[in-house]
Amino acid sequence: MYVLSGLSALIAIIPLVLIFYYTLSLGLSAINLDFFTQLPKPVGEAGGGLANAIVGTLILVGLGSCISLPVGIMAGIYLSEFGNNAFGMGVRFLTDVLNGVPSIVTGVVAYTMIVIPMGHFSGYAGGVALAILMIPTITRTTEEMLKTVPNSYREAALALGISQWKTSLRIVLRTAMGGIITGVMLAVARAAGETAPLLFTALNNRFWHTSLDQPVASLTVFIYNYGVSPFDDWIAQAWAGALVLMLMILVLSIAVRVATRPRYEER
Amino acid sequence: MERAVKKSTVNSRTTNIGDLVFKNLTRFFAALILLLILVMVVEMWNSSALSREKFGLSFLTRSIWDPVQEEYGALPFIYGTLVSSLIALTIAVPLSLGIAIFLSEITPPWLERPLSFFVELLAGIPSIVYGIWGFFVMVPWIRSDIEPLLSSSLGFIPFFRGAPYGIGMLAAGMILSIMVLPIISSISRDVLKAVPRAQKEAALALGSTRWEATKVALSYSRSGIIGALILGLGRALGETMAVTMVIGNRPTISASLFEPGYTMASVLANEFTEATTQTYLSALIEIALVLFVITIIVNSFARLLVWSVTKHGDAASRQ
Repeated sequence: MYVLSGLSALIAIIPLVLIFYYTLSLGLSAINLDFFTQLPKPVGEAGGGLANAIVGTLILVGLGSCISLPVGIMAGIYLSEFGNNAFGMGVRFLTDVLNGVPSIVTGVVAYTMIVIPMGHFSGYAGGVALAILMIPTITRTTEEMLKTVPNSYREAALALGISQWKTSLRIVLRTAMGGIITGVMLAVARAAGETAPLLFTALNNRFWHTSLDQPVASLTVFIYNYGVSPFDDWIAQAWAGALVLMLMILVLSIAVRVATRPRYEER
Repeated sequence: MERAVKKSTVNSRTTNIGDLVFKNLTRFFAALILLLILVMVVEMWNSSALSREKFGLSFLTRSIWDPVQEEYGALPFIYGTLVSSLIALTIAVPLSLGIAIFLSEITPPWLERPLSFFVELLAGIPSIVYGIWGFFVMVPWIRSDIEPLLSSSLGFIPFFRGAPYGIGMLAAGMILSIMVLPIISSISRDVLKAVPRAQKEAALALGSTRWEATKVALSYSRSGIIGALILGLGRALGETMAVTMVIGNRPTISASLFEPGYTMASVLANEFTEATTQTYLSALIEIALVLFVITIIVNSFARLLVWSVTKHGDAASRQ
């Protein structure tokens, strides 16, 4: 019986190894300096790169963070400091539910809320779609990190006469800041890898966007478009893009693990 | 005495302004999340009005998807979503439980953490990367090895008949199972770890073997594990990009798993930017609404189950 369970652990690791192996081997051949500095070339012309896509992903995730960080952190503070009532439980529950909403649905919502009134696809719509995805992660990790701050800190501050809001902001939040930052990095890693919400909000752009209310290129949508195309050099660039994307997310995930490990052991 | 009391109430009133502002500001942002979900539902409801008025509830039971004749029905997509998720769970559940048991009962701590890390790394891979890997690596393998094997050995079952395209419901189920595996296994592992040692030691004291003691732990954490399964189901229902690339994107219902299919998320990804008429667009948004409602129901149910076991929902909320 135990042999079977050990076998299933092995079977689970196999796809992981295979994915890394194929992405590395198929993607490495197309990675060169051009990939990071040049715009996509038309079909048939060799070379070209995905510079606008890499920058576009960073911009879209940055936009999403601008919207989701204040909302998520403030909501997390509310839930941990004042949230032991029915309203808090309701918000907590709905945040977890929002976490499970498919990413394509957030894209649809951003489409109806922003693209239709504006009349065209834009980076703002893409940023909003990503923000909706990031909010639950940031809220929940902020709340959990704030909860790990010992109550004695709060009580000591209040006993010294510091008002509640100063305690929460200057002392509790500052203590938990490291954990909150790792939560934000988790959310950023997730948003950077999302394709579906960007398909019809930020659309895609084969050139540099000149302003944020135009379609913005993103690495994930490019990987999708190039991956289903019938051209070999595009497919090679799709694998290269996948490699870059995975490395970005891997670095973020490992940083998060390293940063949170001692904290969990202390419990 | 009275003056001291009065002074303190005056003091608390002035500092209360800062506290009041802070508390209400944070409460506002928390309420914003509630508002967000409400806005999402309202937006999708309004935008799908055209399609709802034209087709009514029969939208959910019709099988036609004809953008030219403007006849739409969501049944092939609902079927595709449910079947691909079911295949994913069928493959992933035994494997995940095996991994969870392996990680919580058998491995020594020095091995358990890196192994858990690797399994959770699977969860961090973007779905588009699963998509192209599935399309370029897994599908040819299915086409050349798996499907001929299945049709030659199990071809008497209607599920395994048909031409081995590679692309189809089976491929979608398989790629979904890989994606769903880390969620189910990490939550199950945490739930199994939370079983009190007293339970396992009592079983061992009564003379049970190690495996029987593990079975006791499993039955103790049954609701948590079921919650993990349903969370995995919720993820599988909403998965878009990986499925779009390997399912074949044909709105038909067929018994054979080798045939192409279509899921709700895939049709949105493929046809949203190509919807030419208002009715087409509103039919697609109605599909998004149906998907939204289904995943909310499934995820609420799962969260309730996991909460009831772990009380803090640590592992579940980390996903």
